[in-house]
Amino acid sequence: MTAIRFRLNDADFAEDVAPRLSLADLLRERHNLTATHLGCEHGVCGACTVLVDGMPARACLMLAAACDDRQIHSLEGLRDDPVIAALRDSFHRRHAVQCGFCTPGMLISARDLIQRGRAGSEAEIRAGLAGNLCRCTGYTNIVSAIAEAAQTVAAQGKAA
Amino acid sequence: MKPAAFDYARPRSLSEALELLARPNVDARVIAGGQSLVAMMNLRVASPGLLVDIARLPDLGSATEEDSTVFYGACVTHAMIEDRIGPDPSNGLMPKVAETLAYRAVRNRGTIGGSLALADPAAEWPCVLAALDATAIIEGWNGKKAVACRDFVTGIYETRLAAGEILTAIWVPKLSPEARWGYVKLARKSGEFALSLVVAVRDPARGYARVVLGATDGPPLILEATSRLCGRGRAEPAAAREAVAADLARAADRQFDAFRHSLHATAALRALTQATEAAA
Ligand SMILES: Cc1cc2nc3c(=O)[nH]c(=O)nc-3n(C[C@H](O)[C@H](O)[C@H](O)COP(=O)(O)OP(=O)(O)OC[C@H]3O[C@@H](n4cnc5c(N)ncnc54)[C@H](O)[C@@H]3O)c2cc1C
Ligand code: FES
Ligand code: FES
Repeated sequence: MTAIRFRLNDADFAEDVAPRLSLADLLRERHNLTATHLGCEHGVCGACTVLVDGMPARACLMLAAACDDRQIHSLEGLRDDPVIAALRDSFHRRHAVQCGFCTPGMLISARDLIQRGRAGSEAEIRAGLAGNLCRCTGYTNIVSAIAEAAQTVAAQGKAA
Repeated sequence: MKPAAFDYARPRSLSEALELLARPNVDARVIAGGQSLVAMMNLRVASPGLLVDIARLPDLGSATEEDSTVFYGACVTHAMIEDRIGPDPSNGLMPKVAETLAYRAVRNRGTIGGSLALADPAAEWPCVLAALDATAIIEGWNGKKAVACRDFVTGIYETRLAAGEILTAIWVPKLSPEARWGYVKLARKSGEFALSLVVAVRDPARGYARVVLGATDGPPLILEATSRLCGRGRAEPAAAREAVAADLARAADRQFDAFRHSLHATAALRALTQATEAAA
């Protein structure tokens, strides 16, 4: 067992974890945070993408033991985030969700693209989403929802 | 899948890490970003007994520079290079490469040292670092040694690293401001491992030129005739095709089917053109 202290969705925790426990299983099994989905468990599908120290990371490739002293945000912890709010709205209206399996990872990756200024064109958004697989939508509605949210966020930035 | 059980240690210093790796009868392995190793463990193609986490060791996580060289700690991430956090010795080549490698969530954790140490034949950094004439710094119990990156990878997933050793740094000589480069990665999807990969570097001010082919069934391959042609500047298309064909024919230890042969030739010609057009 490895003793770790970490911040999860803005609350502090101290726990003992087995080294083989992934961050994804720590979130899902111990904290009942089931927005983090597991598709492939080898880094390819993006369904498990969460924020580690503010940056997107694959929760299936991150050992819980290596999260000592780190800040984790799963999608549940971004409920009040303004970029996620804009994305939630545009995903809803543009029907960018079908089964929803890829959606939490899509939202976290899309938020990061918008924040890094990499959601300026369709081509840029498509390249930025290469690491998030969706089996349902054909991506078109996801791409247009992200483009719209990027504009909403930019407009809010100007108004503020 | 889930990995088999193992022990985990996060040492606070390099010497403590080397000590852990030297423990007898323990199959100890370094973990940096874990972006290849944890995937291999989840697939159960790797099952180490002890992981020694070096990702946050002091000195390994940043890049510094001197007059003619940039010193990368082995645990500098692909995303740090993409975002140009720290000096760039390569006139934009390394940030461009980082941007085309895997996906942002993987780049945030994966490291340049982990990529070189793993030596996946389709990986970018082993080729790029060989093309830039970089040097790998290896530390072990019996001291420190420097190995030219062009000699570091010895085979498929095989390198000059011995058991218990850590790749601690990579030294990259700075290109002159006039130097040009070419970089072509052919893959079916952005972020996927390459089907063909060519890096060409031309630095007339230092009298240096090298063209390196990756994603073959062996270590990065220096295309000698193409490199000489690259050093002379803009080449006639016929001469370029001839040089590339000769280099591929000379690589007797590699098997290229017609499809891969054609991809490699195309990538090499495009990279050569990029490195020699608009040259000073
Ligand atoms: C979906 C996906 C797509 C990818 N696509 C690409 C791609 O297109 N191109 C590409 O190049 N890579 C790709 N990668 C791999 C990625 O670049 C990895 O980050 C990299 O190969 C390994 O770096 P790491 O720091 O994660 O190493 P780890 O996974 O931690 O370690 C890899 C190996 O190197 C050893 N090691 C690590 N650091 C050191 C060190 N300093 N000294 C000695 N040994 C060490 C470990 O023991 C292990 O054997 C991809 C990965 C994923 C998951
Ligand atoms: S489950 Fe982590 S990337 Fe697929
Ligand atoms: S909505 Fe079903 S996988 Fe994307």
